[in-house]
Amino acid sequence: MSESNTSVTMLEQVEDVGGVAQPLLQVNGLTKHFPVRGGLFAAKRTVRAVDNVSFSVAKGETVGIVGESGCGKSTTARLLMHLMPCDDGDIIYDGMTVGQSLSLRELRRGMQMVFQDSYASLNPRLTIEESIAFGPKVHGMADGAARALARELLGKVGLRPENFANRYPHEISGGQRQRVNIARALALSPRLVILDEAVSALDKSVEAQVLNLLADLKREFGLTYLFISHDLNVVRYISDRVLVMYLGEVVELGPVDQVWDNPAHPYTRALLAAMPSSDPDRRTEKPPITGDPPNPIDPPPGCRFHTRCAFAEPLCANAAPKLTAVDTMGHEAACYMAIPGSGHSRAPAGETA
Amino acid sequence: MTKLVDISGLNIRFTGERTVYAVNDLNLSLGDGEVLGLLGESGSGKSVTLRALMRLLPKKRTQITGKVNVMGQDVLAMNDEELSSFRGQTVSMIFQEPALALDPVYTIGAQIAESVVRHEGKSYAEGRARALEMLEVVRIPSAKRRLDAYPHEMSGGMRQRAMIALALACRPKILLADEPTTALDATVQIQILLLLRELQREFGMSVIFVTHDIGVAIEICDRVAVMYAGQIVEQGTLRDIVRTPVHPYAKGLLASTIHGAKRGARLETIPGTPPSLAEKPHNCSFAPRCKLAEPRCLEQLPANVEVGPGRAARCVLAAPTVAT
Repeated sequence: MSESNTSVTMLEQVEDVGGVAQPLLQVNGLTKHFPVRGGLFAAKRTVRAVDNVSFSVAKGETVGIVGESGCGKSTTARLLMHLMPCDDGDIIYDGMTVGQSLSLRELRRGMQMVFQDSYASLNPRLTIEESIAFGPKVHGMADGAARALARELLGKVGLRPENFANRYPHEISGGQRQRVNIARALALSPRLVILDEAVSALDKSVEAQVLNLLADLKREFGLTYLFISHDLNVVRYISDRVLVMYLGEVVELGPVDQVWDNPAHPYTRALLAAMPSSDPDRRTEKPPITGDPPNPIDPPPGCRFHTRCAFAEPLCANAAPKLTAVDTMGHEAACYMAIPGSGHSRAPAGETA
Repeated sequence: MTKLVDISGLNIRFTGERTVYAVNDLNLSLGDGEVLGLLGESGSGKSVTLRALMRLLPKKRTQITGKVNVMGQDVLAMNDEELSSFRGQTVSMIFQEPALALDPVYTIGAQIAESVVRHEGKSYAEGRARALEMLEVVRIPSAKRRLDAYPHEMSGGMRQRAMIALALACRPKILLADEPTTALDATVQIQILLLLRELQREFGMSVIFVTHDIGVAIEICDRVAVMYAGQIVEQGTLRDIVRTPVHPYAKGLLASTIHGAKRGARLETIPGTPPSLAEKPHNCSFAPRCKLAEPRCLEQLPANVEVGPGRAARCVLAAPTVAT
């Protein structure tokens, strides 16, 4: 990628208010329940898609979210973008609460998202250049300047503007479309980019190209990523810290190496063990857990994983364990086996905090 | 090993608004009790090859030439009646999306029973009994109750188990699996893979397993054929392909998978994109993306070089090993 002339102006970034120490994104107790319409006489039921999720994302960091389908990772992303209202909880962007000190319009400039389906997320009736220029124009950029910016960004994501600017989404391949989506997300000069399964639909060789591109762009634009994926290999490669979600709750979080090397929650252990082997002589012999993830409609009480957990004890069904520090490096898990003195027979003995 | 499936010189061309040379000069064989993986990216022709084996491609728009022999029968010469007894009894297939492959208006039990009645001439009651037996074989909990369940009442993993039960109900000799675990969650995928591995041994079937995921291939295959642009560019035992790939594409594909790549390190990629297949390849299709390409790669189609016993690669750089 060559440095081209700098006559192209980008939109100004949303100002960095709090400095480096303040997390770019702080999420407290985020909750979203969807009511499910049952039969006429059926009891009212709810999908607890996201339940009391809290985490923070530091400036310049890449945070990964992993989990199986229905665990609430995409709902979390949509709530963060304010694509749907949340039922409860705070989303604080660089110290500013949306709706109070930060308008939705400003938030959308500071935070952008790339979706999994590269085709469905582009307007089929706009050329690629028009799609990328659309956002800046909405935010007050002149047409000519916005188009110049679009061409510049196309170059940045590795697509030659003279070949691609005037094409339509259906005329290019999936990998190229995902590059366009990334360019479009960058057009508003965001500081946080949410990547929701952004590389999952791509072929392996193309996936590697896009991951390299994401690393380059992060360096060049000083971005912070929230990277959502079900692919543990990709998450380990790209993330600094990781959140593991199960049925709408965060069950474990921490620096990616700590979580991978010493998983504290049995669900995390099962997820890691379920990865296909990379060595023909060491194939997986036994499935780590049986059964499908339960339906998120009316999840089980207590620890939501206890119905599939090999170590479940009566206390697990009674009350949900809270996220508790496992070590001093920010590694936390929500499992009674990781909480000293919890009463679980496998809990570490020792003084209760 | 006797050859259950023998494909030679297979060409598949789709005609219509535009022509696509989907499969070109493909040679493949499947031994008794063997699990063969067809590995490749989207558009490489792996699913098309699988479908051709069962003649599932749309007749009007497909031109197939070459030889497809399954257990001594010429599949390309079969008429509709022969085909319908061939499908399900000799060769059976499972698909990526069980929700789309199963009939939504019949119960699981009825669908399995129907296939048993049709192929083995048994009564419906016997078919139901077989259905129950099969649901137990694929380890569906409370199988008796599930017999009367409709596909939409089951979870994804359960539906995939039901489809496997349906495919194996008439004890086919060959199972064709078209990315059967791709749509499943990680913890369910491994369960289905292990189930298939177990059933393959138990039933003594041969399996052709199409996947784009090398990890999945490692879990289940004995032998692997790597496909690119409608051709098999390399084939050999799983160990050989994974440990010492010969063809530059196979090498690149293995290098670009992110098993244990260091954070911050750059991933190895294959630059560019696959060819459009609008014309029949007359030289190495991978040459435009290949780091090691030479002028002679563009002159003609590279020969399929025997690299070792049971191992071949379609590359000018592949050298036949001399037995020492």
